[in-house]
Amino acid sequence: MTFQPSDVERYAKLARLALSEEEKARFARELSSVLEYVGQIQKVDTSGITEYETVVPLPPAWREDVVEPSLSVEEALANAPDRKDNFFKVPRVL
Amino acid sequence: MEYESVIGLEVHAQLDTAAKIFCGCSTEFGAEGNSQTCPICLGMPGVLPVLNKRAVELALRSILAVGGQVQPKSIFARKNYFYPDLPKGYQISQYERPLGTGGSVTVHLDGLAKRVGITRIHLEEDAGKSFHPEGRAIEYSLVDVNRCGVPLIEIVSEPEIRSPEEAYAYLVALKQILQYTEVSRADMEKGKLRCDANVSVRPKGQKEFGTKTELKNMNSFRAVQKALEVEIARQIKIIDSGGKVVQETLLWDEDRQAVAPMRAKEFSDDYRYFPEPDLLPLEVSMDWLESVRKGLPELPEARRRRFIEVFSLSDYDASLLTSERAIADYYETAVGLYPNPKMVANWINVEVFRFLKEKKIFIDDLKVPAAELAALLKKLDSSSLSNTMAKEVLAAMVETGKTVEAVVAQKGLVQESDEAVLDGWVREVISAFPKQRESYKAGKKQLLGFFVGETVKKSGGKANPKLVSTLVKKHLGE
Ligand SMILES: [Zn+2]
Repeated sequence: MTFQPSDVERYAKLARLALSEEEKARFARELSSVLEYVGQIQKVDTSGITEYETVVPLPPAWREDVVEPSLSVEEALANAPDRKDNFFKVPRVL
Repeated sequence: MEYESVIGLEVHAQLDTAAKIFCGCSTEFGAEGNSQTCPICLGMPGVLPVLNKRAVELALRSILAVGGQVQPKSIFARKNYFYPDLPKGYQISQYERPLGTGGSVTVHLDGLAKRVGITRIHLEEDAGKSFHPEGRAIEYSLVDVNRCGVPLIEIVSEPEIRSPEEAYAYLVALKQILQYTEVSRADMEKGKLRCDANVSVRPKGQKEFGTKTELKNMNSFRAVQKALEVEIARQIKIIDSGGKVVQETLLWDEDRQAVAPMRAKEFSDDYRYFPEPDLLPLEVSMDWLESVRKGLPELPEARRRRFIEVFSLSDYDASLLTSERAIADYYETAVGLYPNPKMVANWINVEVFRFLKEKKIFIDDLKVPAAELAALLKKLDSSSLSNTMAKEVLAAMVETGKTVEAVVAQKGLVQESDEAVLDGWVREVISAFPKQRESYKAGKKQLLGFFVGETVKKSGGKANPKLVSTLVKKHLGE
């Protein structure tokens, strides 16, 4: 499986990235080689090996259902590029 | 041609937790904008989500309640998309390996019971809320992140629903289950329950599904039913005129009672799901599952059947009484104190329901506790109150919250037990009905009830019927 510049364009769009033609070509090449490497790993026979998600066994981390203090509205909005009253203000979406 | 519709519903229900699913922010409804946020639910760099155990427990309850399978190991996944109400740029959900699979919901429609299969139930977090202020020159939207990270379950039904009415009945049954098990308040007005619908039509008898559309933006169960009716009619019209239904997402417009395509640009269907690297697989032990199962209350369908069997109620009465857990509890408390199941059922289903409707309140808000209703019915049973009087007393109790005794005393409805007073009334009644007196003396003893009734009537409902009965017998020579 290989990556075409048109694939790169599609994923770049989904990730809201603007890429030049050179970049599209370069990333298509680089991502293709990554895929090729993954392809090699997929060839390893793993039948008989139990599935696992982590290499270090970890105890489950839980949070009890207890309310903790939230940030103040001012703190929450401190990094916002723009605001109106209590709300984040963003370019019109509908 | 005759068509059949094929409907599947996706319901999002808010789990009834105090805190959000991955952080300690409150889930309280109606708070000031952006006052319930923290670095985790704001999606700040470097933070880690930690799963709320209670949210998982409630999700487990919902799976057990519909008879589904809990998966011993399920995986959280990232659903990636950009929208201003999603600060992280992805929603944590479950995709390939959901927490629950299978199960069914029993739906009652026109006296018939039908099972609608459940495909899956999975855990996820809610997104925030965006507002779009009206006005020509307004070129912005506003975002409130309070809802971000509120725990949800998504319940996906099999495409086994065959009509808009059935979809409505399914939602009613599902809401009942969620409320009985206290998994969710399931209140659509507060956004605690939302429903999207997938619908297609096909010629009756055909096995293959037609092309489906997805309906969104319905804000009540009736709106879901109506939107489905409108969309089914639209699809049939297209097919009948030789056209093809296009697979798309449609938004329900409540004001216009019509559907309109969602602008294609708004969302991409390519969510690029992948396993959430910040969370471990969710493992549910047998012990945990067993303890959740033990804590499960009797479910509405089982309770309805028990009411029919144990209390000899009609299907109709039992369905009404079990429509909400609180009403069923109220009924059982009252019957426990006054064991006349049919009469208690009648009074709740007619009188009490009328007050709930009139006042637009829930039974928990009714000022008449079940014990007081039982006390009232006992009085009615012992004839110390007539039916009309009992209704009058109940109305006063609903208004004032006073006890039966207090209302009866206040209205001067206290039972008269003074023998001298009763004796006077009995004598008057006996002399007023000479014919009946002779018949009684001649052996027609069933006329006793007639004399007692007339005496109670004469007293304005105050006479103690037991004492009256004794006095009548005495005067007529027994
Ligand atoms: Zn938070």
